Amino acid sequence: MTDYAVELEGVCKSYRFFELQNIALRLERGTIMGLIGPNGAGKSTTIRILMGLVHQDRGEVNVLGHRMPEEQIQAKWDVGFASDDMRLYDSMTLGWHIQFMKSIYESWDDRYAQVLLKRFGLRAEQTIKGLSHGQRVKATLLLVLARRPKLLVLDEPTTGLDPVARHEILRELTAVMVEDGRSILFSSHNTQDVEQISDKITFIDRGRILDSMDKEAYLDRWRRLRLEAPDGVALRALPGVIGIQQTGRLAVAIANAFEPHLPNAYESTGARVRAVENMTLEEIFIANVERSREEVNA
Amino acid sequence: MFVISQTDKRPMYLQIMEHMKQRIAVGDWTAGQAIPSIRQMAADIGVSVITVKRAYLELEREGVIVTRQGKGCFVASDSHVGARIREQELAQHLEQAVRSAAMMGLSPKNLENRVRAMYDRVTDKEKERV
Repeated sequence: MTDYAVELEGVCKSYRFFELQNIALRLERGTIMGLIGPNGAGKSTTIRILMGLVHQDRGEVNVLGHRMPEEQIQAKWDVGFASDDMRLYDSMTLGWHIQFMKSIYESWDDRYAQVLLKRFGLRAEQTIKGLSHGQRVKATLLLVLARRPKLLVLDEPTTGLDPVARHEILRELTAVMVEDGRSILFSSHNTQDVEQISDKITFIDRGRILDSMDKEAYLDRWRRLRLEAPDGVALRALPGVIGIQQTGRLAVAIANAFEPHLPNAYESTGARVRAVENMTLEEIFIANVERSREEVNA
Repeated sequence: MFVISQTDKRPMYLQIMEHMKQRIAVGDWTAGQAIPSIRQMAADIGVSVITVKRAYLELEREGVIVTRQGKGCFVASDSHVGARIREQELAQHLEQAVRSAAMMGLSPKNLENRVRAMYDRVTDKEKERV
């Protein structure tokens, strides 16, 4: 058994107008990974490849120790997958779906399903076609969670939900992690969700992975420095700084490899450091995507 | 129940540390008492395990909590831990006050007088309430 719930190495997939290039990522067992990227970045394609729904042109994919797509049947018993385009039977009730899942999966936990029904404010006798978008998302998630799979793979689980429903779902995902050895990989373009619940963050843009690392270490590397330059001096980007913007005497520098001595380094160039600020994942995300696109276009 | 603030600019792990220190300072958690495991705390607050782990590690480094292999996490058995945290808080506030005063060019004597005046005003208010 490997230590990784998910392992991708050198994965490529070409479409006519889109190319996934050399995707490599590793999700340790017992951790949550958030996959973030703009629309069309390749998040869903990556997820489809690791679920065996799309076959890669090249590269290795391993899910819970099973090679994909060859061993997808074995892998799927332990993987709970939910995405927006999963179809439930419109004319059937949620209770019917629960019975159906229970008949298939030995690991089905009926008590937990009842708890989730209550927590999500759903009723077993409701038919699927009578559900709102938010209720449908929660119903799909309930059907996956109550199987208690070792790995949850969720494609945009919070998209289109109201703040209350989003909160309920994030809570439930973190509750899953109380049990040792269970893992979650989810995609989102809501950076706040990812910042809150992920142990590991993977940034993807235009079919390439920009960064994939431990969230705390990652947030720690980024800082915004507010600087005051001496009259007539244009401050430059010191090592660790990826961009600096100056208007008059005031400048803002963005560091992606911040070290504690960086403010002193600026002071010794004659600048005054007015503030050193932490950045939210959203601010980092935008700075990162902009920089990588500049590099590609240059 | 602890809630992460989205308007608080500090990283989440610092907010969690602060919350745990407050629980000790107000006496909810006493010296030597068992506290929730990292995974449990993460689920209770609804944040990632790694963030809570970082808060616990920092608190351990500061001597506020201890982890015993296979037994769990505890408030440090040092009985003055609550007082020590309040002491730290005070030191932080004082430092900020001194920095602000220095920036305004106040002399130490001048700051001392301001502190005295503030002390009288606050204690008078407290007396009125009683």
